[in-house]
Amino acid sequence: MKYLNNPDRLVSLLWQLWQGLGVTMRLFGYTLLLSLPLGLALALMRMSRHKAVRLPVQVFILAMRGTPLILQVFTVYFVLPMIFGTAFERMTAVVIAFVMNYAAYFAEIYRGGVQAVPVGQREAAHVLGFTRSQAFMRVILPQVIKRIVLPVSNEVITLVKDTALVTAVGMVELYRVARNAASTVGSLEPLFIAGAIYLMINAVVSFLFNRANRFFAYYQG
Amino acid sequence: MLQAENIYKRYAGNKVLRGVSLKVEKGEVVAVIGPSGSGKSTLLRCLIDLERVDEGRIVVGGETLVDTNAGGYADKAVLRRVILKMGFVFQSFNLFPHFSVLKNVTEAQERVLRRGKQEARERAREVLEKVGLSDKASEYPYMLSGGQQQRVAIARALAMDPQMLCFDEPTSALDPLLTQEVLMVIKGLAEENRTMLVVTHEMVFAREVADRVVYMKEGTVRCEGTPEEAFGHPEVRAFTSQAPQL
Repeated sequence: MKYLNNPDRLVSLLWQLWQGLGVTMRLFGYTLLLSLPLGLALALMRMSRHKAVRLPVQVFILAMRGTPLILQVFTVYFVLPMIFGTAFERMTAVVIAFVMNYAAYFAEIYRGGVQAVPVGQREAAHVLGFTRSQAFMRVILPQVIKRIVLPVSNEVITLVKDTALVTAVGMVELYRVARNAASTVGSLEPLFIAGAIYLMINAVVSFLFNRANRFFAYYQG
Repeated sequence: MLQAENIYKRYAGNKVLRGVSLKVEKGEVVAVIGPSGSGKSTLLRCLIDLERVDEGRIVVGGETLVDTNAGGYADKAVLRRVILKMGFVFQSFNLFPHFSVLKNVTEAQERVLRRGKQEARERAREVLEKVGLSDKASEYPYMLSGGQQQRVAIARALAMDPQMLCFDEPTSALDPLLTQEVLMVIKGLAEENRTMLVVTHEMVFAREVADRVVYMKEGTVRCEGTPEEAFGHPEVRAFTSQAPQL
């Protein structure tokens, strides 16, 4: 017990973890904010009638889901600067990699959700004179959202934990702070405290998604 | 009101419609009967652009939806006008589950016809009363029986003030009791001299309500005429007597 029975040391650790948590939450927030809408755009392109639109997106999704996220982070951080000649800021590079990866997963979740809406809904919108975009926005999308709440919650929970990967390019976030503290003092305690923090974040995420899921129970079908 | 001439339609090499022609005059109720797979529903779906024909000509209320001998399908603006001339009721209702009954009936009025909220609501109340569901306006589709859902679907179509109504086997998903309540509503509409095209398996209904009966088989119209003429035709008699006799 190198921390729990030493209040001064514990307070200083918690302060460092708090700062690391800030980085983690920023990465989490930016990724979610950008990948959710980008995923929708990708899903729409993936479902396009035109092969020239559909195919590149299909390849992109395969690449993003088919290779390790940590490799994608490395690629954006180290390889792209070699090609473009300018280095990205760490956070920028990492957010780009995360957004591309998560957008690919979200795109497939959206696509599944769209396909789960019965074709009769689109037909009903058509015979009532809705345009294609009205039909999508007013009839299809609201029903898609109900269907994707739980699959999306899986990804969001995974994202909370995946933020720890950016340690690999030297970003100091929650996990890195805990690991540094652990190796400095020679104790596992900071890592377990970090684990408890990830768990608390995901408890909140789960709670919010459960609320959303219950909200959509006002209708069936 | 509606003219379809020489319609051909293939599905993956399967000839579903082989030169079908059909006419519906203003104020006329036409019933289309025939065995499953005879192309009745496909024909109906072609009339409102849910399916595209391979060949033929369709004219609705003076607007040409398609003429494969003269330029093919009309442009978007014409398609839209044709669609708005017709109300369409599906076998599987296809109500919007995330909208209340009222919103199911007002949404297209507001978004498509650009009616004001108040006007759309008033029209919705009228048509819901006509189908006997004024008291269900605030409920959601899943709370209703199949018959009630189909009546809401009819109200939704009526609210758009179409010049003609198409019904695609409107009672095939319903049990006999619910079938009756839906048929009563359709019969009521027929008595208002509305123009209607009804694909149905309800022979008694076709005989009683239709001005003209069209019998389809294997993608062609085999015979048509007044209910007496049609049901007297040997082929139709053979078809209607196929019902299991216990």
